[in-house]
Amino acid sequence: MGKSVQIGLTRRAVLGAGAAMAASVPTRWAIAQPKPLKVGLMLPYSGTFAKLGENITTAIEILIAEKGGKLGGRELQLVKLDDESKPEKAPQNAERLVQRDAVDVLIGTVHSGVQMGIHKVVQDSGTLTIVPNAGNVAVTRQLCAKNVFRTSFTNWQPAYGMGLAAANKGYKKGVWVTWDYAAGTESGAGFKEGFEKAGGQVLPILSLPFPETNFQPLLAQIPGLGVDVVGAFFAGGGAVQFVKDYAAAGLKLPLCGSGFLTEGTLEAQGAAADGVETALHYGDGLDNPKNAAFRKAFKDKAGREADVYAVQGYDAAQLLALGLEAVKGNIEDEANLYKAMRQAKIDSPRGPISMSPAQNITQHIYLRRAQGGENKVVGIAAENLSDPGTGCKLV
Amino acid sequence: MDVPGLLAQLLNGLQYGLLLFLIASGLTLIFGVMGVINLAHGSMFMIGAYLAYAVTAHGGSPWLAVPAAAAAGLLLGAGLETGLFRHFYARQHLDQVLLTFALILLFEEARSLLVGNDFHAVPVPALLDFSVPITAHFSYSAYRFAVIGSCLVLAAALFFWIERTRMGAIIRAAAEQPEMVDVLGIDARRVHVTVFAVGTALALVAGALAAPLYSVYPNMGDGFLIISFVVVVIGGLGSVAGAFWSALMLGLVDTLGTAYAPRLAGLVVYVLMAAALLWRPSGLFGRR
Repeated sequence: MGKSVQIGLTRRAVLGAGAAMAASVPTRWAIAQPKPLKVGLMLPYSGTFAKLGENITTAIEILIAEKGGKLGGRELQLVKLDDESKPEKAPQNAERLVQRDAVDVLIGTVHSGVQMGIHKVVQDSGTLTIVPNAGNVAVTRQLCAKNVFRTSFTNWQPAYGMGLAAANKGYKKGVWVTWDYAAGTESGAGFKEGFEKAGGQVLPILSLPFPETNFQPLLAQIPGLGVDVVGAFFAGGGAVQFVKDYAAAGLKLPLCGSGFLTEGTLEAQGAAADGVETALHYGDGLDNPKNAAFRKAFKDKAGREADVYAVQGYDAAQLLALGLEAVKGNIEDEANLYKAMRQAKIDSPRGPISMSPAQNITQHIYLRRAQGGENKVVGIAAENLSDPGTGCKLV
Repeated sequence: MDVPGLLAQLLNGLQYGLLLFLIASGLTLIFGVMGVINLAHGSMFMIGAYLAYAVTAHGGSPWLAVPAAAAAGLLLGAGLETGLFRHFYARQHLDQVLLTFALILLFEEARSLLVGNDFHAVPVPALLDFSVPITAHFSYSAYRFAVIGSCLVLAAALFFWIERTRMGAIIRAAAEQPEMVDVLGIDARRVHVTVFAVGTALALVAGALAAPLYSVYPNMGDGFLIISFVVVVIGGLGSVAGAFWSALMLGLVDTLGTAYAPRLAGLVVYVLMAAALLWRPSGLFGRR
């Protein structure tokens, strides 16, 4: 080592470096230690959903760091794979992680279509899989599998909460506006079920093909329907356009929706979104210590605010940690691993969560009101809500 | 059926139909004069919309979007004609279709590389950011009225150009009797490049006008291209007047269909096309 380099070193840095070297020595000789657990992250790292994939990944890394880099005593090796949100590549990508990389656990993904590809592969391979976003109901209903868990939501859940909350507010007749695809019709079914359970009546869904944005013909017929509330499911740019068009149409009916209608879109929607009520399993101003700590940790690491996707990723890692701790890192002990995960009661930044018999998350659905760029939580729309898991043989 | 609702739907249909006309008029002119089926015409619409997004996203005024799209369209159209299409007029239709299909892929990939695959909202000019109540329960945004007005002005200008100017007369002649134009010693190349540039510019302008109404998203040109082809087929290949009336008709049929018979809406437009092909194979205004 050259003299000039040593001059720049403080005593503390030298001590630190020495300590780090000392810490690294034993592992080089610890031949008896089990090899690291391979965790495959099959998420979108490019394209429309890239930010979601990154937030989920960052949150997983935060949980692992909190646990000292080990889960259940096992070192972890993360294998990241960009699924590009392309369903046609999904089976091949999942196959690659499961076969070639031989991952022990697969965490993925965001896009529902890609999820179906993953699902087909892991149903055969039996690889432990945790879904950190995709909300298509099939994965924890008729196609449910004992090795597949979900820590996000089903499309049905937030919309059901919204339906319940809207009818409880005294609205009698509602209509659901959405894109004609799985997430749209599944959320529409949830809204109808919740709204009618609380005594209201819901008209047939108004829909247009995904991802078209010619909402005018739908909006113009709303005044003639005789409804007193309008619910909607749109996401991303389509949600921005819909909320703006709704405001411009001057409809005097309150607009509500599945939380994605105003999630990550408020800046672009501006004043048009003010007063729109939505239901989701997360929101702004949730006052609990776990949320405060998580949001701070996320901001410190990523330099931006955490969002619902980050929370879902964090809980995917929390669920994995809980399972691995129960079997002391022995992932081969499937029976006890799955048992512990099924019985999990976890303190999430979104509040208390647990697993339903179909292995989908049970959680509070919050009612939020958009105001001044925030989705402020104003109450609980549905407490400890589970997806019905209809058709799942684990139930 | 409520009457005020119907009024709103008629406005929606008019606005949609006029936008379709801007796209279809370029398509039908290019086909009429050069005989090229330009599948990449939908990409031109997409480029216009993304241009409006790019202008506003970089702090430019939304008012700049349409002039920028018009200028870019003229340049792009002229460039494509002289650089590529000119060399394909003598080739088979299949070659031309392959060329224009390749262009779709190229433009979409370029869009993906330059702007990414996100869905983006585009702001309307602040001056037009208000709504006009047209019934007790329904308002119509001023911007939509502005789009209707702009499309009508452009349509009038296009008709004047085609029907009342020397260049227009040559274009009509070229569409009907291409050999005569050659015999008369008119520089066909100048006609071709002009028609291609104007047709392309119309599509880009349509995209820029549409961006605040429909947002911008990948492959947004595809849906508009297909329905524009239906417009051209029903109106008569090469006929601008045919494109105008058929675009208005399809705009209304599609909008009213979506509103009052959603299950049939997707079908009605194509049933109309099939009917037109059966009873008037040359289109409502076609002469060939």
